[in-house]
Amino acid sequence: MKTGYLGVDTGSISTKGVIIDDENNIIANEYLWTEGNPVNAVKSVLRAIEKQSGDIAVASVGTTGSARKLIGAMLEADVVKNEITAHAVGTLVVFPDVRTILEIGGQDSKIILIDNGIVVDYAMNTLCAAGTGSFLSSQAKRLGIDVEDFGNIALTSNNPTKIAARCTVFAESDLVHKAQIGHKREDIIAGLCLAVVNNYLNNVGKGKAIKPPIVFQGGVSKNSGVVRAFEQVIGEEILVDKNSHLMGAYGAAILAKNNKKGRVFGFDVAKMEFVTKGYECKKCPNNCEIICFYKNNILIDSWGNRCMNGSVAEIMSVKSQ
Amino acid sequence: MKKIISFPHIGNYHIPIEILLKLIFKDSVIMPAPKTTKRTLELGSRYSPDFVCVPFKYNLGNYIEALENGANVLIQAGGGCRYGYYAEIQELILRDLGYEFKFVKLIGHDLHPLNMFRVCKSIGTNISFFRFLYYLLLVIKMVGFIDRTEAYIRENIGFEVMENSFDKLHAEFFGKLRDISNFTSLAHVTKEYEKAFRKIKIDKPENCLKVGVVGELYTAMEPFSNYFLERELAKNKVQVSRFITVTFLFFQKPRDIKKILKSAGKYLKYTIGADGTDSVERSKTLAELGYDGIIHVKPFGCMPEVNAMPMLNNIGRDYKIPVLYFSFDSQTSETGVKTRLEAFYDMLEMRRKSREDITKFENRVSWS
Repeated sequence: MKTGYLGVDTGSISTKGVIIDDENNIIANEYLWTEGNPVNAVKSVLRAIEKQSGDIAVASVGTTGSARKLIGAMLEADVVKNEITAHAVGTLVVFPDVRTILEIGGQDSKIILIDNGIVVDYAMNTLCAAGTGSFLSSQAKRLGIDVEDFGNIALTSNNPTKIAARCTVFAESDLVHKAQIGHKREDIIAGLCLAVVNNYLNNVGKGKAIKPPIVFQGGVSKNSGVVRAFEQVIGEEILVDKNSHLMGAYGAAILAKNNKKGRVFGFDVAKMEFVTKGYECKKCPNNCEIICFYKNNILIDSWGNRCMNGSVAEIMSVKSQ
Repeated sequence: MKKIISFPHIGNYHIPIEILLKLIFKDSVIMPAPKTTKRTLELGSRYSPDFVCVPFKYNLGNYIEALENGANVLIQAGGGCRYGYYAEIQELILRDLGYEFKFVKLIGHDLHPLNMFRVCKSIGTNISFFRFLYYLLLVIKMVGFIDRTEAYIRENIGFEVMENSFDKLHAEFFGKLRDISNFTSLAHVTKEYEKAFRKIKIDKPENCLKVGVVGELYTAMEPFSNYFLERELAKNKVQVSRFITVTFLFFQKPRDIKKILKSAGKYLKYTIGADGTDSVERSKTLAELGYDGIIHVKPFGCMPEVNAMPMLNNIGRDYKIPVLYFSFDSQTSETGVKTRLEAFYDMLEMRRKSREDITKFENRVSWS
């Protein structure tokens, strides 16, 4: 029986799970939509990778992504890490010489600068979703095409349309306008890819020295149109790994491997019942929204509190009275 | 009608201000605004211009909550940037809301002791100028000690052996300060607590990670407005240093303003307004002192700090020290702040480890 390490990356749009072995090879992986229900998405991921991995003992678990805390509590994870660190760690294993990591996910985008295998700087989009995956998928919907075909259609264009993409909402009106005055569909699609790239570089990449080798990852890296647009604008080769969409989960798995606490993880978590209940703590005018997390009807964790009044211990003592 | 005097919050300074006002206005009620909470910010944002910086909103929220509790004299002090103009607008907004109150503005040069005495007289006190000056100096000295103590707490709270030992003593210390009315008792308390804080057991390695906080004064000094950033950092066993305090702003800065500009070296030729100059100078100094990282905080739209950012970028590049920028507003996402802080800490630790590995390797090479 082989030993494996599980990494789960639960993002806003998609949920990724990866099992690696001691040599950092990916044994099993799954990628599916979160659809606003991270707990269920993770359960499906677990079922899928359990089938793929066969006879394996998972020694430790790492979680990352925006639902890292929730999923960390659910899986009793050994490491719960932010996306930036997880992506950097994962990428450094695949591309040890990488200097710049561009990452565009569903609702956030980041840039990570690396020098000699060490993260030296990073930035994350702060204000809006322009220049992220959800921008592309909402525009694809408007044009009536699948976001998966986006890249290939974009590649057929030689004359990308200029789209005002400073803001997702206004980009949509500009896109409609360009379509109505007769721009070709593939040109508009290529223009959107270019808009995402320019937005990313002006927003997240502002003031950062982008040095090769450059690795591009996150869900949007699967879009060949965006990859080409990056290459055109930056003027350097952009590396995209075949597992680029899994890199966060891969990083979490590697972090789990390095932090194992000697506990065996059971896939039966997928069969358990997890419920979250939210309530507003009325003990002071802060009105913190506290989330209580139950496993098989037992409170296992809570968060959202700003002070001791809303801590797990306090909630438990109230509940038991 | 009895006077109920109130004022907005910034960090723990409501305690010495309350002490001072109680000493001066023996016949009035001194009531600091209710503690800043989410409601404060919601109230403040509702009645503030949308694009005004967030300290304005916090202040306004504090005033509204104070007025709701019956305050009828409000004090605003400050200056330096747009802040100096806020009192005027805040008064207008509050009057439009229908509140009746006396608004006392101490802006810039109004903070001269003679003028302050005149203002106090007009609010209603019969103490002599000599007494007034005595109390003022007493509280200034007290603030100096509070600032020194809190600097020590910031740098060490992450390493406390027993949880909450600093917080407990901190609260006890403020309780003791409330009884002080002369220099002798202040000296006693100073002596007692100087020792007591240093007696708290800490487990602090000599080469712990060190992070400096620079930036705009309100967001740096009011933990609620920066999502308790210093505390979050300290939890990861980081020494957090911050130079902006009331003592610095009122006493050190006016005295050393030329020195500060000179010390900023090639990064600044002219002052860039409000605290921007200090942010640049301090970041350079922190980098030279071997700090591991700098966190720059500002309210969204803060011009002086926006001015400082290109220089901070250059300092980061020249000294190879990471700088993390935060812009706070009423709409800031707490998760976003936490994710960035976490990543910042991870990055500092990774850098530190690799540097140690290199030194170890070099040592081995030189030995063999």
